[in-house]
Amino acid sequence: MSRAVDFQLTDDQKALKRGIRDVLEGRFGRDALRAAVDAADAAAAAADVDAGAVADALETLRLDRELWRALGDAGFFSLCVPESAGGVGLGLPEAVLAFEEAGRVLLPGPAVATFLAAGEVEGAAAGEVVVTAVDGGLVPWLAEADVVRGNAAGAVAVRSVDPLTPLHRVPDGPLAPTAAVLLLAAEQLGSAARTCEAAVQYAQDRQQFGGPVGRFQAVQHLCADMLVRAETARAAVYAAAVTGDPLEALGAKLLADDAAVRNARDCLQAHGGMGFTWESDVHLHLKRAWVRAGLGRTAARAEEELAAAL
Amino acid sequence: MDLTYTEEEEAFRQGLRAWLADVLPKLPAKPSPGDWPGRRAYDTAWQRTLYDAGYGEVHWDASPTRRLIFLEETEKAGAPYVGANFVGLLHAGPTIASEGTPEQRARWLPPVLRGDEVWCQGFSEPDAGSDLASLRTRAWRDGDDYVVSGSKIWTSHAEVADWCELLVRTTPVSEDVPKHRGITWLAMPMGAAGITVRPLRTLAGSAEFAEVFLDEVRVPVANRVGAENDGWRVTMVTLSFERGTAFVGEVVACRRLLGELAREARANGRWDDAVLRRRLGRLSAEFAALWRLTQWNVSEGRRTGGVPGTGGSVFKLRYSHARQALYDAAADVLGPGALDLDRAWTLERLSSLSYTIAAGTSQIQRNIVAERILGLPKGR
Repeated sequence: MSRAVDFQLTDDQKALKRGIRDVLEGRFGRDALRAAVDAADAAAAAADVDAGAVADALETLRLDRELWRALGDAGFFSLCVPESAGGVGLGLPEAVLAFEEAGRVLLPGPAVATFLAAGEVEGAAAGEVVVTAVDGGLVPWLAEADVVRGNAAGAVAVRSVDPLTPLHRVPDGPLAPTAAVLLLAAEQLGSAARTCEAAVQYAQDRQQFGGPVGRFQAVQHLCADMLVRAETARAAVYAAAVTGDPLEALGAKLLADDAAVRNARDCLQAHGGMGFTWESDVHLHLKRAWVRAGLGRTAARAEEELAAAL
Repeated sequence: MDLTYTEEEEAFRQGLRAWLADVLPKLPAKPSPGDWPGRRAYDTAWQRTLYDAGYGEVHWDASPTRRLIFLEETEKAGAPYVGANFVGLLHAGPTIASEGTPEQRARWLPPVLRGDEVWCQGFSEPDAGSDLASLRTRAWRDGDDYVVSGSKIWTSHAEVADWCELLVRTTPVSEDVPKHRGITWLAMPMGAAGITVRPLRTLAGSAEFAEVFLDEVRVPVANRVGAENDGWRVTMVTLSFERGTAFVGEVVACRRLLGELAREARANGRWDDAVLRRRLGRLSAEFAALWRLTQWNVSEGRRTGGVPGTGGSVFKLRYSHARQALYDAAADVLGPGALDLDRAWTLERLSSLSYTIAAGTSQIQRNIVAERILGLPKGR
């Protein structure tokens, strides 16, 4: 017997989301994020001294294996693995909630590929084996991955715009499956919601002209538009997770990419000069959002596929 | 999260579809846009048809999901819009149902449901638009009547309405009385002496609205809904309906229009323009998401007792701009045809310019989102 159309999360789904947020914030809170950025920074600086040895720099940006195993222990990678195979046995709607949380904290690593390999690649579910995948013309975390899905022959290292996502370019690769598109969209949604919160918080805290800047409508409207983008993307992403429809997933990714990138831009603007600094986290959201927008279907390709279906 | 409908809801959908397929081919021709008596007759006859078939009360159905299905299916089938019945069914009616006495409900609701009486809305004034609470139309007591003087604007169907849901000031603003405390909600008979209606021509060329001038119009005290000076609260019940499910049919319409636009572009060669094609692809994602957002608001409305909340502002902001973007894309598909008033797209594009203004401008909606959802300080 079916129930009525309802976007409300079930109590179990709420508990799952809360639990994953707790694990992620406990294991990869702001201090861990900044430590990871500092490590990447140091690696890049060392590589510069070595006269442009980009590949060496990427070799030295290590994935935090302990964090990866902790996520495995918490059941993060095995959420959708059937219970008979030792997993949690949940579906895409729950996976989307988990990746929304991963997007909020800017979890580094090829989490989507590892998640989708769980149950197929030995050790992926436990977080012991790191899996990446060729996605269009890009491969994230190629040097650090234990298993690469797709043909990465001829991969060339790129000095990645995102300090926490090493990238290689390949001539041409397979397009990401619908589930990967959706999980990337979920990460974008989490980032978009987080940058909206950060902008609102800053607008309340930052005092100018004798009060919080958030009392100015120019700032308020910036924040309001951020919420509209995040909530529209949320409706699209959650619905696509429930229907599993490939076109609906493409549309959701398109809107979530837009929400993540534009919210990060507006969050930067709301932070004023502080937003332009390295020590602010805003640029990390923007850079990751750009990387995710380049994975799992670019806007141009998604728009063409959606247009073709009209 | 669950996007399936119950068996009972699916049965409702199937029954409605079958009924629409039977009844729509028998409808008379639509009246011309300028024929107000004709439009009233057409719209009220459709409401009567709905009423006789048991669908007359569907807008007030306790199940928001059935309301959503009704609006979705009637739009898909090309059924008439709510038209002249809009204020009665979606503003005044719900207000009276929620705040009126048993006598008031018995007097005013059945004629609305049967399509016998038409309502218009007297809220906005020349100097009270976004700042509605600053309205100045005065009403004072004289025996069993209020005597009302002032003027209203943006009143649709004023020429053909039987009743006007009217907001008046019964207590002047003072240090002790803030502006939203001295307002009262009255049902004004449009046949009363002292009412002058002057059509207001829009930029689309037609007179979709009117100004209404009130010169010592007598309205019985018995026509007051809610307490004296409590009209602002009474009105807020009404306005939140407008921002909730009122746009369900329009989202369905947008998805249909986008399909028509793609067909037109394929036929006239504009489809070869990748930039334009991609814009249509993005609009497809946009309206699909807006449909899901509508369903979300409806499911929230069901949980919170039927009155949609601030989610309506999020939706209205996104929707109104998306619909304008649709007509801008249409203009690029049509090329020179976009300058031709005989193409339906052209008039609709002109009409769409009101969407970011009517029922709360986008700027007011952003204020609502910032203050009531995000918790930012009162704006300045």
